[in-house]
Amino acid sequence: MATPAFEEIADTFEFLEDWEDRYRHVIDMGKSMPPLEDAFRVPATKVDGCASQVWLLPEIEGQGPSATFQFRGASDAMIVSGLIAVLRALYNDVAVADVLRIDAPAELARLGLNDHLSAQRSNGLRAMVERIRLLAAEAAGA
Amino acid sequence: MYNVQTVRKDFPILSREINGKPLVYLDNGASAQKPQAVIDAVTQAYTMEYANVHRGLHTLSTIATEKYEAVRGKLAKFLNAASEDHIVMNSGTTESINLIAYGWAMPRFEPGDEIVLSVMEHHANIVPWHFLRERQGVVLKWVDIDANGDLDPQKVLDAIGPKTRLVAVTHLSNVLGTVVDVKAITEGAHAKGVPVLVDGSQAAVHMPVDVQDIGCDFYAVTGHKLYGPSGSGGIYIRPERQAEMRPFIGGGDMIREVHKDAVTWADPPMKFEAGTPGIVQQIGLGVALEYMMALGMDNIAAHEHHLRDYARARLDGLNWLNVQGQSATKAAVFSFTLNGAAHAHDISTILDKRGIAVRAGQHCAGPLMEHLGVDATCRASFGLYNTVEEVDALVSGLELCHELLS
Repeated sequence: MATPAFEEIADTFEFLEDWEDRYRHVIDMGKSMPPLEDAFRVPATKVDGCASQVWLLPEIEGQGPSATFQFRGASDAMIVSGLIAVLRALYNDVAVADVLRIDAPAELARLGLNDHLSAQRSNGLRAMVERIRLLAAEAAGA
Repeated sequence: MYNVQTVRKDFPILSREINGKPLVYLDNGASAQKPQAVIDAVTQAYTMEYANVHRGLHTLSTIATEKYEAVRGKLAKFLNAASEDHIVMNSGTTESINLIAYGWAMPRFEPGDEIVLSVMEHHANIVPWHFLRERQGVVLKWVDIDANGDLDPQKVLDAIGPKTRLVAVTHLSNVLGTVVDVKAITEGAHAKGVPVLVDGSQAAVHMPVDVQDIGCDFYAVTGHKLYGPSGSGGIYIRPERQAEMRPFIGGGDMIREVHKDAVTWADPPMKFEAGTPGIVQQIGLGVALEYMMALGMDNIAAHEHHLRDYARARLDGLNWLNVQGQSATKAAVFSFTLNGAAHAHDISTILDKRGIAVRAGQHCAGPLMEHLGVDATCRASFGLYNTVEEVDALVSGLELCHELLS
């Protein structure tokens, strides 16, 4: 079981059989994400390897392995924004040490996103997951 | 009578499906699909007729050389060059323009010398000139397009000053579809003693090209856009310019004699073709050119103008779509953005789900994107096998994008 927030998405996706509805849902999640201020859209938060522009800002509460991992993010592309929202559901409020235990490809495959996103976007997804794991590993080791 | 349904049967890939939908291939500006005749020629060459060219006296080398060299004549015929000796064969326009930058411009241009370019050039006709700017102080002078995306030849000529050594301009914008009057530019530039390089990578696909009528000094074409294999192409070089050029890439095939302390070059055009070339790709290109000439370039152009008019009318009906470039004489190339926050990548991702292939991004045209004030666009670029039904599929896909992304 993943986080309740992610399980909720997985439940919703079970009802959304056609890709247009899934895309619509992903896009809506992106639209309702908390915004990322322009001041945080800087090289340090930018994720390379995405076809569009992506920024991820970690907001970790606490110290050491039990600190709570959180992040905000943004993209100039709407579908990618939705993917960031999906990743927020997957990772937010998880202990930093547990972030590294999450099998992101397997969880995302449950949503069928691997089938529904182009290779370039999947690569973007991978780059985002790698950045999240790196941020969590740094926080856990601190 | 041009029968597009018959033409489509020549292209096996067009009958496949993408994401469960019939492929609607509208990314011809990036690269075109290949007719069966080209695929067969490539297979035949590797199956029965392969050896290196220009080297062996054995039977296979002779066959490969004859087939490869015949393409030089086909390129000359396709571009109406006066002689096949005016054609240098290579991997396409990027290599061709680098050849001119390194072989012709670099040894001749002084600091402060100018190259006049339009803002709608492809990076292939920009970056080699940036090398000269960075390395030897050459100045790039940019000429703007008007609101419709047209390039006024007089503005290009007005940009020519006493230190201008070259005008380098596209014949057809890969982003806007604008057709440039390169003949008028060449006449005016030559009157001022300035040579002209034409990037024909897009134009030669969509319209008849006559380099003698244009009168330009250099005209580059790209095989993979001409329904031929990737890695094929060539450039027309006026003999006076060939005589001024030093070789660019050194190696086998381009030499007459090599000694420990001296080397002499082969005569042009071989002087500019080093190493084992793309033998089979080029043979495939020859077949592609024959294919296009058999259809007739005027017939292809007429078919594509029909597609352009139909697409323009249908896309104009979408009041939430911004089409970049409204030139009356443009080719069937449409770059667009959606009103609102939708990114070009969003649009192309959704269209792909409908089996529609378009390009999203900057289209290797950074200065033009800056001029237009957009980060990226989607581009639907049509070719000789596209249909009005595919225009309808595009419009339907865009309506879905509008619904999902607005």
